[in-house]
Amino acid sequence: MTAALRFDPIRLPEKCEQLRKEVRAFLAEEIAAGTFDPHKPNREDTDAPEFSRRVGAKGWLGMTWPKKYGGQERSFLERYVVTEEMRVANAPTRRFFVADRQSGPVLLKYAPEHIKMDILPRICRGEICFAIGMSEPNSGSDLFAAKTRATKTDGGYLINGTKIWTSSAHIADYMIAIFRTSPATKENRRHGLTQFLVKMKQPGIKVNPIGQITGQFEFNEVVFTDFFVPDDHVLGEVDGAWKQATSELAYERSGPERFLETYYVLTELVRAVGPNPDTRSAEGIGRLVAQLHTMRRMSVSVAGMLQAGKEPVVEASIVKDIGTVWEQQLPHRVRDLAAFVEETATNRETLEQQLDFAIKTAPKLTIQGGTTEVLRGIIARGLGLR
Amino acid sequence: MAESDNIVVETAEKIFSDLADPQTINNDKKDSWQAPLWQALSEAGLPLSWVPDDLGGSGASLADGFALLNAAGRFAVAVPLAETMLAGWLLSQAKIASPEGEMTVLPASPKDRITLDADGALSGRARGVPFAKAAKHFAVLAHGKDGVSIALVDASKGRFEAGLNVGYDHSDTVTLDKVQPVAIKPATKGFDQTTLMLMGGVARSLQIAGALESMLDISVRYSNERVAFEKKISKFQAVQHNLARLAGESAAALAAATSAADAIANAKAFNDEVYLEAASAKIRCAEAAEKGGGIAHQVHGAIGFTMEHILHRYSLRALAWRDDFGSESHWAVELGKLVANRGADELWPLVASR
Repeated sequence: MTAALRFDPIRLPEKCEQLRKEVRAFLAEEIAAGTFDPHKPNREDTDAPEFSRRVGAKGWLGMTWPKKYGGQERSFLERYVVTEEMRVANAPTRRFFVADRQSGPVLLKYAPEHIKMDILPRICRGEICFAIGMSEPNSGSDLFAAKTRATKTDGGYLINGTKIWTSSAHIADYMIAIFRTSPATKENRRHGLTQFLVKMKQPGIKVNPIGQITGQFEFNEVVFTDFFVPDDHVLGEVDGAWKQATSELAYERSGPERFLETYYVLTELVRAVGPNPDTRSAEGIGRLVAQLHTMRRMSVSVAGMLQAGKEPVVEASIVKDIGTVWEQQLPHRVRDLAAFVEETATNRETLEQQLDFAIKTAPKLTIQGGTTEVLRGIIARGLGLR
Repeated sequence: MAESDNIVVETAEKIFSDLADPQTINNDKKDSWQAPLWQALSEAGLPLSWVPDDLGGSGASLADGFALLNAAGRFAVAVPLAETMLAGWLLSQAKIASPEGEMTVLPASPKDRITLDADGALSGRARGVPFAKAAKHFAVLAHGKDGVSIALVDASKGRFEAGLNVGYDHSDTVTLDKVQPVAIKPATKGFDQTTLMLMGGVARSLQIAGALESMLDISVRYSNERVAFEKKISKFQAVQHNLARLAGESAAALAAATSAADAIANAKAFNDEVYLEAASAKIRCAEAAEKGGGIAHQVHGAIGFTMEHILHRYSLRALAWRDDFGSESHWAVELGKLVANRGADELWPLVASR
């Protein structure tokens, strides 16, 4: 057999169900207190610093990390439960989500001890927000075309150039970015990029908001002008960022956020059709639920493999490919079925507002965090085609 | 792909490799491979995997039996292995011993119904019964005035209208007209036709997933051999992306089917959670059979459209298996009704419970 794809039927352990109850109770309290409205994903400002601190106080940020850095040493599967419950409730996770999922694990692996001791506990307390500085005006999917320079100087580096499409840069306290420290070589065009920790909100960094087609301002242009980064903020090997990128992708790509981003329209459709749907609505809902259930089982399976210490890069890419295509199509399939919903359905207006937002959100889902085309390239490589 | 990590699957794979090599049996126009294959499977006790020792079977676990069906799908096995396994399982539910030889189950569609009259005779029409013509016995689920019964019926007592499914396997209409069964017993409480259909649906899902694994495998291999425009077609990005999608469909089918099998193997009852798993598996695997099979054919071009090539053994069977024990349309309507009936705020808890 050429392809050894595995999706074993991993079940969440019993302790996850207790945790799930705790997360649901917490979110219900937050909703009751007016922190956020679960029926309104299209809120203007998605930043919620106080909520972030309360999630941290629960021990749900950095929960898989060592205790000495503020973590709980719990499993990836427990983190999975927290993530999916937050996502389904439309909780405002923007402030802490990137740090918890991605930036923290990078620091754990590559940052010097004193930086880990300084920053990781603050992530766990929900105090700080991270951004990821990858794309540039002329370097998107082609990560290794990045040009923003880090020039060696006394005690550190001077940064000059521009990052773009940087989500949350306007509120972020830190960014983990890749900058060019050497030219690419003839033998290896991926050579010459280095990963850095950048402290934001400093002179030499200018953040310019960019309006998105949803009407929100979540991503930004970030301009660096002779911005100084000290030596101890280098993460990992100088010129060797490309070696560090791939293993992180499995974490980034297979989580519940990769198929649940527009889930709310399905819930609202079920509410609108009521307990006795006609055949067409029932068939449409049944298919969508079957697809959702399958996606989730695949995603949990990858989480289980990660917990077991494996690196299921191809499987994770498959989850993101199928998951993002699914969540992109979902608002349109729900719209198809919503056309037959009775005028008298009490949540009709909510459903229509949600569809309006989800349809505008949909195009980005197969672009952010690795485009469909890039993912299929990775899968093809895993199949032995390139 | 699920490597053979249990003895049942290992045994089966050895037999399939020796006696059901796809290219060899595809070249054999007289189907002379079928009898030796069936004999070897029977001698290994595989058709009665799900029948306990004291009822004449080999007493394998549900999980091992499901893994065996997945392996059978990888070889697109065209003998009534799945059908005999299901029949034995059904009879065991009522503690009826299984006879030797090929069996199949009636009904094989949620819409058909066999009735039990006051004289203990069975009547009714069942369409699309897989391998009915090859079967020596039927395991029948029948509705009487006191509820559901399970019966063993001599196949020669049925009237046949022979037919072939899309994959060229027998799929026949069977009519029972006041037939006295060999044995009949009431089903245990809660066991009904839906239970049988879900079990059959999961069996078919595993077979479809297996067929898709093989379609991915032979499509990747072919793309690495076939040269066009002076390079291997596997080097074209359009082909790579198609194969990546096929891998996705194959993965989805495998995940859905093995999850449902695991759910049934560990279930205490056929509750809403098991219903979600089993119905979803049939729906998603059927969708994958269409999408994935389509890509496998596209990659192969004209050669895959020939009877000489083995691709159709997998692609057409996977399509045919969609129809048995309730199509994806049927299960989608039923699952949609279940979800709507539970209410919007109970959807996520149901999904998250798995």
